[in-house]
Amino acid sequence: MKILTLVRQVPDAEARVKISAQQVDLEGTTLVIDGMDEYGVEEALRLRESGAPVEEIVALAVGPKRVEDALRTALAMGVDRAIHVETDEKLDPIALSRVVAQIAGQEGAGLVLVGGQEADWDSQALGAATAERLGWPQLTWTNELKVEEGSLTGRHDVDDGNESFRAALPAVVTTQQGLNEPRYPTLPNIMKAKKKELRKETLDTYGVQPTVRVVNAEIQTRARLNRMIDGKDPQAAAAELLDLLRNEAKVLA
Amino acid sequence: MILIVAEHAGGKLAKSTLEMVTAARESGREGPVTVLVLGQGVAEVASAAAAVADQVLVADLPQLAQYSAEVWAAAAAQIAQEGEAHTVLIGGSRSGREYAPRVAVKLDAPYLEDAIRLSVSGSALQAQRYTYLARVTETVEAQAPVTVVTVKPGAFAPAAASGEAGEQYDVELELPTPRVEVTGRSVEKSSRVALTEADVIVSGGRGVGSPENFAAYVEGLADRIGAGVGATRAVVDAGWRPYAEQVGQTGKTVQPKAYVALGVSGAVQHLSGMGKSKFIVAINKDAEAPIFKVADYGIVGDVNQIVPALIEAARK
Repeated sequence: MKILTLVRQVPDAEARVKISAQQVDLEGTTLVIDGMDEYGVEEALRLRESGAPVEEIVALAVGPKRVEDALRTALAMGVDRAIHVETDEKLDPIALSRVVAQIAGQEGAGLVLVGGQEADWDSQALGAATAERLGWPQLTWTNELKVEEGSLTGRHDVDDGNESFRAALPAVVTTQQGLNEPRYPTLPNIMKAKKKELRKETLDTYGVQPTVRVVNAEIQTRARLNRMIDGKDPQAAAAELLDLLRNEAKVLA
Repeated sequence: MILIVAEHAGGKLAKSTLEMVTAARESGREGPVTVLVLGQGVAEVASAAAAVADQVLVADLPQLAQYSAEVWAAAAAQIAQEGEAHTVLIGGSRSGREYAPRVAVKLDAPYLEDAIRLSVSGSALQAQRYTYLARVTETVEAQAPVTVVTVKPGAFAPAAASGEAGEQYDVELELPTPRVEVTGRSVEKSSRVALTEADVIVSGGRGVGSPENFAAYVEGLADRIGAGVGATRAVVDAGWRPYAEQVGQTGKTVQPKAYVALGVSGAVQHLSGMGKSKFIVAINKDAEAPIFKVADYGIVGDVNQIVPALIEAARK
């Protein structure tokens, strides 16, 4: 079985996001491989290490030249080769799923791993949209995964708790915290990664257009009252806080 | 028409469905507001929906007893096509955001995800949504014959029943067989109100000190004031609390009227899940904790001393 694992590059969680010309401007921002996608890369490696029949693990990124860095990280973690569809076009998840599905098809992938909710779009759509395009089942918010003879078993979160599941392969799995702890690339592996294949493709090949346009972006911070209550006398502080919540904020009866 | 796929649980229409009715009416899109109820034994849900919608389509079928992404997507897409819906609204719950993208692909429609506001600009539908761990509010737009939207829970006021109940119609569906077999379910039962529905949430971080303190202070205060219980990622990672209580980027996003953060430092991942709360209260002994920057009311002090006093005072 071949595993295709998607890799995206997002601002570091602690980095300041800035806006210019009504759009998010990532110039000068520290960018990292999305933590959710990192779980996917790690899980592919662990499935192979645990003895599942994994022939090859391929990392895929769609985006500008800089996303090469994220692919190099995935290669250094241990994936076998990488595909970079290089474009400056900003594709929404529904449009991007068209590229991912086509490549999954060409590669003959039996399992596609995608981050559960990415830290730039705050979107959960890519995995499900890719699964629909491929006509495959999907498992989202997965925190436990096992691959056996042509099938997947595991556990994932649902609205009111969690479920154990079984599904036939091929399938799309979206990852989340708790699935694993991603490894750090070691220096020897970083050196080895430089010799691994990183194939370049152009977006034209896939005939994809964005379906959603960003018309504006702003950093909106709600003005907070920042009213500090002296905590030295716990009883007085508690009474004052309750009074504010009841009579000023009117959020408690 | 505007098609809303109802969210319901335990035989009750969820608040999120009423919120979607408001979103539909405020969107500026024209046509009757139609609610589609999928499930088994949903008569009560359907009449509750009829009280707020122009019409209700009911698919009361054994194959719909259990939610499945593939089945729900097929049902919603079929009805959207037959009813020539130009807008399809789906709840922004975990399951809603799981099957909505499949509906969009089936309808070859653009998808506006987790909208907090909807409006019409020319012939395009515009949505506001949070991005970059909720640090940015983006306005996105799509221009197409049909657009699929998920609506963020808590972003719109729930619609109130109007004078006349909408007509109810039974619908036929051709449904696929789900390919994901559920082999076990663990429902996180709680006598408390669900996090995404709670008006008030009391949440604890590592600063609370221990799992025992968490139970005494966070749960103690929540029970006293009738609030939901939340936790930070650090607390969940440490195994003090179940993942279902986690608020933040990798957990739940909440928007209550009041969010009371006990011993929470205020990491970006956590703020992205609760930063839009109407009022934020922070109690932490570290005066430098970032949570105070976003707090409306802050107490620099020991949770172990302040919270018992708070529980006591709330009793009065």
